[in-house]
Amino acid sequence: MALLLGVVGATQSWNVSLAILNLCLISAVMSLGLNIQWGYAGLFNAGVMASTALGGLAAVLVSHSPVGEAWAVGGLDTGLAFVTLVLTVLGAWWIRKKVPEGPLRRVFFLVWLLCGYALLRHFYEQASLNIEAVDPAQTGFLGGLGLPILLSWIAGGVAAAGLAWIVGRVALGLRSDYFAIATLGISEIMISILKNEDWLTRGVKNVTGLERPVPYEVDLQQSQWFIDLVIRLHSADPNQVGEEALQEMVMSASGVFVKLCYSGLFLTVLLLILGLAALALNSPWGRMMRAIRDNEIAAAAMGKDVTNRHRQVFILGSAVIGVAGAMLTTLDGQFTPGSYIPLRFTFLIWVMVIIGGSGNNLGAVLGAFITWFTWIEAEPVALWAVENLNSFLSEGNPLRQHFIEVAPHLRMVVMGMILILVLRFRPAGILPEKNTNRT
Amino acid sequence: MDFLNAIVLLSNYVLIPSLVYGSQLALGALGVTIVFGIMRFANFAHGEMMSFATVSTIFITWWFQSIGLTAGILPTALLALPFGILITGLLVWATERSVFSYYRQRKSKPVIFVIASVGVMFMLNGVVRLFIGTDEIIFMDGLKFLIKAGEFKKWSGLNEGLALKQTQVLTVLLAILAVAWLFWFLQKTKMGKAMRAFSDNEDLALLSGIDPEKVVRATWFISAVLITLAGVLYGLDKSYKPLIYFHLLLPIFAAAIVGGIGQPLGAILGGYIVAFSEVAATYAFKKFLRYLGPEGWSPEDLVQLLSTEYKFAVSFLILVLVLLIRPTGLFKGRVL
Repeated sequence: MALLLGVVGATQSWNVSLAILNLCLISAVMSLGLNIQWGYAGLFNAGVMASTALGGLAAVLVSHSPVGEAWAVGGLDTGLAFVTLVLTVLGAWWIRKKVPEGPLRRVFFLVWLLCGYALLRHFYEQASLNIEAVDPAQTGFLGGLGLPILLSWIAGGVAAAGLAWIVGRVALGLRSDYFAIATLGISEIMISILKNEDWLTRGVKNVTGLERPVPYEVDLQQSQWFIDLVIRLHSADPNQVGEEALQEMVMSASGVFVKLCYSGLFLTVLLLILGLAALALNSPWGRMMRAIRDNEIAAAAMGKDVTNRHRQVFILGSAVIGVAGAMLTTLDGQFTPGSYIPLRFTFLIWVMVIIGGSGNNLGAVLGAFITWFTWIEAEPVALWAVENLNSFLSEGNPLRQHFIEVAPHLRMVVMGMILILVLRFRPAGILPEKNTNRT
Repeated sequence: MDFLNAIVLLSNYVLIPSLVYGSQLALGALGVTIVFGIMRFANFAHGEMMSFATVSTIFITWWFQSIGLTAGILPTALLALPFGILITGLLVWATERSVFSYYRQRKSKPVIFVIASVGVMFMLNGVVRLFIGTDEIIFMDGLKFLIKAGEFKKWSGLNEGLALKQTQVLTVLLAILAVAWLFWFLQKTKMGKAMRAFSDNEDLALLSGIDPEKVVRATWFISAVLITLAGVLYGLDKSYKPLIYFHLLLPIFAAAIVGGIGQPLGAILGGYIVAFSEVAATYAFKKFLRYLGPEGWSPEDLVQLLSTEYKFAVSFLILVLVLLIRPTGLFKGRVL
């Protein structure tokens, strides 16, 4: 893998290579999270995207500076709407608990929910109208807390865990493909909320310019110590290389430096989670999870609470994916709800886990690296192939133009092909689960 | 008069569109449900298969148009439809032979089938885009409107116009035909009975000498017909966009599950329920209520339950509700 990245570094550029590495690391965290759900417990979660996006939202809400004006005009109504929501849910819960079963309860329940919804809509519309009217080109949303963005990685995990708890209440206990459809649907709802609730996320207007945990390239290019470092690394004589060549070197080196900083951060998180996951897998808890996965009925007969364990593992996995989602938004420096599509953020992660080896943590990491690398590099390779195949077609030939336009889509075909082939000929993945006694 | 206006308004914006959309969803959900009934897995590649079917029909349509073959006022795509079905049938058969049959022989868990269908989904997604790109394509030709809004206003003297597109009528007619044929097939023919027996109890069906390979082949062929019809009719009525067909998967699944998965009647009902709720929940009833209420009165806000952006979310809210209240669906599908 390192070799492949090295090849990319040498042939394309080190910046590209490191960019791929960073996304590989994030993907590895995601696929570790999914591996906890699928590999340990056999849960088909088709809503990976929801956790990712929620992690991204957490990054915005934690790090963006608060928009005071928006809070001033819409804060009260937002608060009231929130209080209404909480009261409605609590009231509904209370009715379910205290009022005896029967038609009366149903009527009560419905009336209470409708009233709650009407009141909520009232406050909510006031609030969102006011907030979105505040300087819509720049802000138009509530903003965040203005804390360091690294905190958001934890917040993203917690938020995703919270969502998973709710989803688990609804969907766990269903048969596997049913659960998949339900989670797929919930993740789509989540994305449409992020796209349309402008007061919270700016919607499709995106939040850009998030604060970075690492230095900016521009600052680096101006600091003397960095320039000195570049000169020493290139072992060049500043007097011999021209001014322009030096500037070029510093430019590209600053990009590499920033990306290396990110890589360090991501690698730390990845190793931490990998260590915890390995510990969990080899603990009695991990054995219990595998026992449940392999034979739910037998595990239930042994007195294991299957649904509760499933919920636990679902929440844990989602939290890990949420952390990765926050990391992704941190790396991008922007939050773009429109970019979340299930093929890239749910099913591609699935390909990673299946290829790498379900149930094996190292396998999940390896699968993430291979898959992401193929995903990215399939495009230049396809383009290169098209260029060569097309050399007999004249420039400006419409067919040639068509091939060049559609070449990127080849990666979908490649991914699908790899998934089908691995599933058929090596169903345990590249690194199969160890000490497995599955039949 | 106001009452008539209100009815026409509602028909034009809610009833007719959701009837048409519901028919398209019902055809899609029937395909999902039949595959589920026989092979016991949810086919995630269904949306992309619809996309593929539509694209092959579009290519045949273009070819017909280039040699000057058209269907007069009817869309040329209708002539291309049988060829589209044939090509889709071949594709579906190829995926069955190369991917799914292996797992069926090994009696793999349903979830393995689902993962395999995700692989198929990826491949078809890429293949379709390789051939046709990502642009929106309108391949409807022939007569566009049967009733135009302006003419209707003149004819009836009402304030509200009623427009009826040819594709809307075609969709409903073809859907009725397809459903009638499907039910005749399932109820009256030997193969249909074998399929129902197989779906009901696989072991007993095998014991009474039903050839599973034949049943599976027939199932895929029927699903290919339904897939092509649903895809082409949707594309004719709206337009063809590759991305939309992936998103159609979600309401189609919702329809199949709401009706009770594995139940053809349930799939049809589910399709209409999902379509009506999607349209009705996002329609602003302000004007409608103004016609019905006393003279000069108007509701204060739009009387819209959810904003239109949440159209796709509605089907999932229904899905979640059904899962909570009646997990087997309205028609008592399989217990999942």
